[in-house]
Amino acid sequence: MGSVGDLRGRRGTGDRVTRILGWSTLVAVVATAWVGLVVSPPDVVQGDLVRLIYVHPAAATTCYVGFGLCALASLAYLWPRTRSWRWDQLAAASAEIGVVFCVITIVTGSIWGRGSWGVWWTWDARLTLTALLLAVFIGYLALRRAIADRRSRAMVSAVFGVVAALLVPIDHEATNWWQTLHQGNTLLRANPLIHGWQLVGMLLSFAAFGLLFSWLLVHRFRVEVLEDRYEVEGFATAIAERRAEAGAGAGLELAEPVVAAATPEPASQS
Amino acid sequence: MWRDAVLVGGKDLRVELRSRVATMQVAPYAILVLLLFGFAFDQNHALLTQAAAGLFWVAVLLCSLLAVQRSFSIESVDGTRDGLRLSGLDPAGIFLGKAGAVAAQLVALEVLLGFGVVVLFGADLRDPGLLVLTAAVATVGLAAAGTVYGMMAAGLRVRETLMPLLILPVVAPVLLGATQAWMAALGQSSADGWKWMGLLASFAAIYVTIGILGFSTLVEEA
Repeated sequence: MGSVGDLRGRRGTGDRVTRILGWSTLVAVVATAWVGLVVSPPDVVQGDLVRLIYVHPAAATTCYVGFGLCALASLAYLWPRTRSWRWDQLAAASAEIGVVFCVITIVTGSIWGRGSWGVWWTWDARLTLTALLLAVFIGYLALRRAIADRRSRAMVSAVFGVVAALLVPIDHEATNWWQTLHQGNTLLRANPLIHGWQLVGMLLSFAAFGLLFSWLLVHRFRVEVLEDRYEVEGFATAIAERRAEAGAGAGLELAEPVVAAATPEPASQS
Repeated sequence: MWRDAVLVGGKDLRVELRSRVATMQVAPYAILVLLLFGFAFDQNHALLTQAAAGLFWVAVLLCSLLAVQRSFSIESVDGTRDGLRLSGLDPAGIFLGKAGAVAAQLVALEVLLGFGVVVLFGADLRDPGLLVLTAAVATVGLAAAGTVYGMMAAGLRVRETLMPLLILPVVAPVLLGATQAWMAALGQSSADGWKWMGLLASFAAIYVTIGILGFSTLVEEA
């Protein structure tokens, strides 16, 4: 991951790879929308409501992937041989994107529930667990913000990330373990329940959300790398810049460069 | 490990006994929570009796937050946390000791709250064995999970607000399982209480294991 995280001498977080990724994401999203809204037929029972199947399952899966990746990166950080800041940064980035997709999942699910069950929310194992998953990972993000020391933040949030992601498999299996109102798995079974354009649209939506996830992840990961670099080097860099400014503006060497750098208007001191 | 656990747990309980925070503040708070539920469901007394199990466990959950916060705030002054770190005690022992002390306080509170629920809400018992066993297992789970997440937030300035956010969603399964098992034990539902008891036992086992394995990392880093 060295080259992905190495941003020295670069403006912004984009490069050729992310631009290609971004354009493919856009194409996939447009294709999904086209198949989902135009080509695929309305459902016999659910009518147009079924078109949410091109958003909701893919968003949920992407959310799982985000949280799962957070757990894997956290494990890699905890394992002494693979310990590196990069894993911590990856965990932070993927958890945050996972939270975004979790919100999308809950919102689209709620709309679907209103249409087909008649209620925005019901106390069902799948729904409740997903809401808990969201709350737990919001807690993860809050924990990351709360710990100032970089090393202990990485360590503590890695432990939290691994434990928190234990909810993901439980949530995924919820429809098999409990009697839920939420329907069971559509694709992951011996005889998939959908065919034709619906299947094409659904697979397209998975591709589109997967691309969107990776595109967001690369950018978010790089922002995290920059934030960490700012945290570590920011003050020293600022001092060096002010020192250079003071030297140029006043035209003389300052005896106490650090003090000069901390003074708001260094030029007025001469 | 066990010797260290007894040392740490004994120290925490002695601190609580002498400071009387648990008896003079947390216990009255628990009773107050019950009274407030009474006001909230004032119009419908039958509902109060029906919801007694859930309300009991919500009250226990709120009190467990206080107990965990206490457990780590007594380590936050005078550099006692560094002392604990340097003491050479087994981190797993520290975890078991602190969780044990929290569990002991919760048991005392549950007895008090149990009386409160019976007296104030007029609940009656059907299966006392299930009731007591559920309470014991749920308490172990609450104390273990609370101690793990409490340690994560222990050294932080925002710990009072962060701890509930970390702990409450995680212990939600305890609330669910314990409430269902108690509903069965109080004769209010036909659900199989022992199945919920199994959920509580696995929750407790998972968090005790996480605590024993992970506490060394947390003690050193948090």
